[in-house]
Amino acid sequence: MTHAVTALPHGSGHAGHHDDGSKTVFGFWIYLMSDLLIFSVLFATFAVLSKATAGGPSGKELFDLSFVLVETMLLLVSSFTFGMAMLNLHAARKSRVIAWLWVTFLFGAGFIAMEVYEFHHLISEGAGPQRSAYLSAFFTLIGTHGLHVTFGLVWIVVMIDMLRRHGLDAINTRRLSCLSLFWHFLDIVWICVFTFVYLLGAL
Amino acid sequence: MSHDTIAAASHDHGHDSAAHGTLKSYLVGFGLSIVLTLLSFGLVMAGAVPRSLALPGVIVLCVAQLLVQLVFFLHMGASRSQRDNLSAFVFAVFVIAIIVGGSAWVLHNMNANMMHPMPAGM
Repeated sequence: MTHAVTALPHGSGHAGHHDDGSKTVFGFWIYLMSDLLIFSVLFATFAVLSKATAGGPSGKELFDLSFVLVETMLLLVSSFTFGMAMLNLHAARKSRVIAWLWVTFLFGAGFIAMEVYEFHHLISEGAGPQRSAYLSAFFTLIGTHGLHVTFGLVWIVVMIDMLRRHGLDAINTRRLSCLSLFWHFLDIVWICVFTFVYLLGAL
Repeated sequence: MSHDTIAAASHDHGHDSAAHGTLKSYLVGFGLSIVLTLLSFGLVMAGAVPRSLALPGVIVLCVAQLLVQLVFFLHMGASRSQRDNLSAFVFAVFVIAIIVGGSAWVLHNMNANMMHPMPAGM
């Protein structure tokens, strides 16, 4: 559908510009802002319930900050490597875009692996989401972020396949721009997570 | 800022010059992020900083890091092409301030004024 629309010749040539997909990217940005509201509600819930441990373990007893620091570094590096993919996209170097996307995927997957390990570790220690309202809020907030990153990973793989098939055309460029916003956005949410959940929780 | 002009100069046509950065802007953003992250974790993990200082310190570092990422990775700025993004973002921040600040405020007062069974109210 959109393919057909963009493939139409620009007869009228209004505004004197070709459609570079910036409207789609702006629409995606509005989606991200609504996603930000979802996270803010989860943050508010977490803040309100942060002392509601029901006699169970608090963040101070549970969190291993050096583990979280490594997780954070993985995500930060993946954000940078995605930036490298975008630079190569604008320089029209397809194989390098794909290579940097794979690097980004690996760092993102490392982050998710660490998070899954952390969740498993907490649950096996009896600090699962059912233990207290505090832990329910914790698992919901971190889990929602983790799910977003997981979907980002799936999207990266799909994107790599589309780049292989169709190259760096206008549609793929637009999609990659959206994915780039999504990936950096998850980094921004994680900065709030490690500050307000882990660091302030351990203070 | 200067990276906008560099980006505009290196791409002669077409796309939105402010919508993607340069190698330099990504490197600067990445470096600043790493430094700010290490400072935040260091402030808490060192254990030598008193809580009354570490708490505002970590929050200030968080806000600084958010600004760094928005400018260097999401290329947000006041340039014409970014104005719509910026206004949508400012509106989102406004709504978030009401939701998060309001929830924390209301429920803090509720906890403080109730005979709460929890060991320590918020």
